[in-house]
Amino acid sequence: MLRHIRIVLASIFFIAITLLFLDLTGVLHLWFGWMAKVQFLPAVFAANFAVVAGLVLLTLIFGRVYCSVICPMGVFQDIVSRLRVTRERRRKNHRHFAFSREKRIARYGVLILFISAFLIGFHAFVAILAPYSSYGRIAQNLFAPIVQGVNNLFAIISERAGSYAFYTRDVWIRSLPTFIIAAITFIVVVILAWRGGRTYCNTICPVGTILGFLSRFSLFRPVIDKEACKDCRVCEHNCKASCIDISTHSIDASRCVSCFDCIDNCKFSALKYRFAFGAKSAVRETEAPGADEGRRAFVIGAAALATTAVAKAQQKKVDGGYAAVMDKEVPHRDTPVTPFGSRSVKDFYDRCTACQLCVAACPNGVLRPSTDFDRFMQPEMSYERGYCRPECTRCSEVCPAGAILPVTPEEKTTYKVGLARVDRDLCVVETKGVSCGNCARRCPVGAIRMVLKDPSDPKSLRIPTVIETRCIGCGACENLCPSRPISAITVNGRENHLEN
Amino acid sequence: MDRRQFIKTTGAGAITAAAIAAGCAPRRDEDKSGNTPSGMPYRVNPNNGDRVSLLGYGCMRWPMVKDASGADIIDQKVVDELVEHAMTNGVNYYDTSPAYLQGQSERAAGLALKRYPRDSYYIATKLSNFGNFSPEASLRMYRDSFEQMYTDYFDYYLLHSIGGGGWEQFKRRYLDNGMVDFLKKEKEAGRIRQLGFSFHGNQQAFDDFIAMHDRGEIHWDFVQIQMNYIDWTHADGVRNVNAEYLYRQLDDREIPITIMEPLQGGRLANVPANIATRFKEREPDKSIASWAFRFVGTYPRVLTILSGMTDMAPLKDNLDTFLDFKPLNEEELEFMEEMAVLMKEYPMVNCNDCNYCMPCPWGIDIPGIFRHYNKMITDGTFAQSHEQKEYARLRRAYLVSYDRAIPTVRQADHCISCGECVPHCPQSIAIPNELNRINRYVEKLKRDTL
Repeated sequence: MLRHIRIVLASIFFIAITLLFLDLTGVLHLWFGWMAKVQFLPAVFAANFAVVAGLVLLTLIFGRVYCSVICPMGVFQDIVSRLRVTRERRRKNHRHFAFSREKRIARYGVLILFISAFLIGFHAFVAILAPYSSYGRIAQNLFAPIVQGVNNLFAIISERAGSYAFYTRDVWIRSLPTFIIAAITFIVVVILAWRGGRTYCNTICPVGTILGFLSRFSLFRPVIDKEACKDCRVCEHNCKASCIDISTHSIDASRCVSCFDCIDNCKFSALKYRFAFGAKSAVRETEAPGADEGRRAFVIGAAALATTAVAKAQQKKVDGGYAAVMDKEVPHRDTPVTPFGSRSVKDFYDRCTACQLCVAACPNGVLRPSTDFDRFMQPEMSYERGYCRPECTRCSEVCPAGAILPVTPEEKTTYKVGLARVDRDLCVVETKGVSCGNCARRCPVGAIRMVLKDPSDPKSLRIPTVIETRCIGCGACENLCPSRPISAITVNGRENHLEN
Repeated sequence: MDRRQFIKTTGAGAITAAAIAAGCAPRRDEDKSGNTPSGMPYRVNPNNGDRVSLLGYGCMRWPMVKDASGADIIDQKVVDELVEHAMTNGVNYYDTSPAYLQGQSERAAGLALKRYPRDSYYIATKLSNFGNFSPEASLRMYRDSFEQMYTDYFDYYLLHSIGGGGWEQFKRRYLDNGMVDFLKKEKEAGRIRQLGFSFHGNQQAFDDFIAMHDRGEIHWDFVQIQMNYIDWTHADGVRNVNAEYLYRQLDDREIPITIMEPLQGGRLANVPANIATRFKEREPDKSIASWAFRFVGTYPRVLTILSGMTDMAPLKDNLDTFLDFKPLNEEELEFMEEMAVLMKEYPMVNCNDCNYCMPCPWGIDIPGIFRHYNKMITDGTFAQSHEQKEYARLRRAYLVSYDRAIPTVRQADHCISCGECVPHCPQSIAIPNELNRINRYVEKLKRDTL
């Protein structure tokens, strides 16, 4: 019964959170957005004390139900290991899993590294380990393109049928290194879950370690009734956390994720989920992390270093009646541009867990994970494909970590995330001698003024200048500048976004 | 003669002309509906007795396909079929230009026509020296047309699209380089049978060209004008002249008139729904386009009406109209005027999709943007305000179909208003202003502030 409740709740959370990343409509977060906001690390970074306290309390009372129900990475592993179990089910009493010792040094070692990385601001390391964010990256980088592909198929059909229900989305890798990290995380997690169930949660995941520590003291937990137990070991062989040791009739509460499989599996009702505060969890001391961990650490480290830039092979298509339009290239920005709703660049990168929810939500192709080492995988803005449109507030609506505060379209203009600057050497007024002014014409806040190139000649062409106090950094000018591949007007980030 | 009387007389004239023509139509396909249409009407050129079919084939809109390298090429096989069907049904006037369809139109028409005896059709082509006015370049263009079209004479030869830029421009294109004198000699030599011009411009320019004729400096054998029930009396008057004025001036001098843009580039075949309903109420089985052709054909000085038929469907529909040609009566002409007034209330762009403005150096798909905008208006799927019924659906329809029709980097917001396109537009559309107007509309839709 408990197991079925867990499965139903976990399915709801998992599907809903996955849909947040696959959402093509931008409305699902209205219903499910809170599910991202109750994720542990985002809540910590958002300083959302209510949620953190709630999760701590939940764990202290019921054990690690967070890991079994709320965390999408946890549920994802359950799905993978479940696939394997189903495959093996035909063989009776097969040992799907077996008890293993707690790898305490690995667990706490990773946790200490994680906290240190957080404190010294090594965001990339934090982001790689954060479980919800890891899952987010997998969903955004690996699952979303599939959904978009199917959508585009429907779009072709619906275009033929003259319907506007579906329209084509650009499928593009926003950052190759992040894509590679997501792919590697996916492969590592699938292999670990296939072979050992919750190995990742109980050896690597820092949230698993924190909640595991708390769940040692949880009020309710599964306990084994030695009298009723017939030592058949069905529970042990089906425990994906490998935390049941029948030889001592003990369950390691720090690794138990409260999935209740054992309780349902026991034919002799020897396992009960009950009030058992203070019951000895009988954990044996562990050895140093084995070769397995070493290899894992290497894989993760190697991927973190694989920050090769995307080589854009740009094929130009000459279109008969059309002049070729060169793709834009990313210009150099001294300071990154972070979304409207982020208080400052520093605050944004301190809070962001690189879950990619905003990247998935951005309909204008502006947000993408950074390849910069300091903020690896954390999003930044760039305007080659579009600009931050005045009516759009999607990223601020979805951010679970409080890195982007909710803003209304009206509030947007009170943030100043960047400042445009003009490179006269690239401006077509100078290079081609034509009249332009597209940047000034399209600027949503009227921050660009066209001035005479030669003030003494009232007939001379006009070149753009930026009124610093008006520019908010939305990138309309940069995106719509006719100079290609590098725009003649580009946006540089401002450190502090609320300063006037 | 007041307007009413005039319509009466001209209408009667047209009917007579059609009746005369009926008796001597060439062989044609049997009409499948079982009706017995009276056959292709022919109008006689008073200068030389040419019997010209009232429906002429405009060769500016042949079907295009992509070749192996992705370049646009004319689909010659379809062109052959179209010309075959047109010839069989009595269409004997083919109008092309060295500039059309990226320079491929003349050759395609030439290939399709050389399968028939040279005296069974009339070729009209033009001196389209838009870029280079030098005598050498103009001569080269003139001579090349013979080769492209496999002929040693042109039945009708036009100075292409004069009027834009006024007298000054005309002087540079045709007088200073000696081309007019040259062409007059070519006419004497018989390589040009009829010499005329096609006109886009203001009244002053037109008057100047007609004055040449009146002074005897040149005899314009024919003139090609843009005429349809909108332009008849509703041209903007600043940069375009009412077709009625042009027609009267030419009619007074008994100069035969060939007609271009009878459908305004197809826009008069696809009119807003409530106007379409009015047409269909009167003639449920006739196409919307048929009304526009009948309007033009009602006027007797019209020698031929050009239609750029891209595929079989418009060709067959036009044959339907012309093989059983019925000029409009006085009451119907008044009805057309009413429809023209209604049409002018829609904020459509006056673009005929001729592509003269293309390629835009900044990659903007100018005719595509106008086509999409006009289509949304005529389809009745035009979001106009928040209060509108189904506003949300219409808003989405516009934005989604806009992205489908035009790649984002070729949309109106990328227009930098350099103005390079403006002198190329025969309709004198203020292209950057119109693109900006459409972009402001799109911005309002996107921001949901309409």
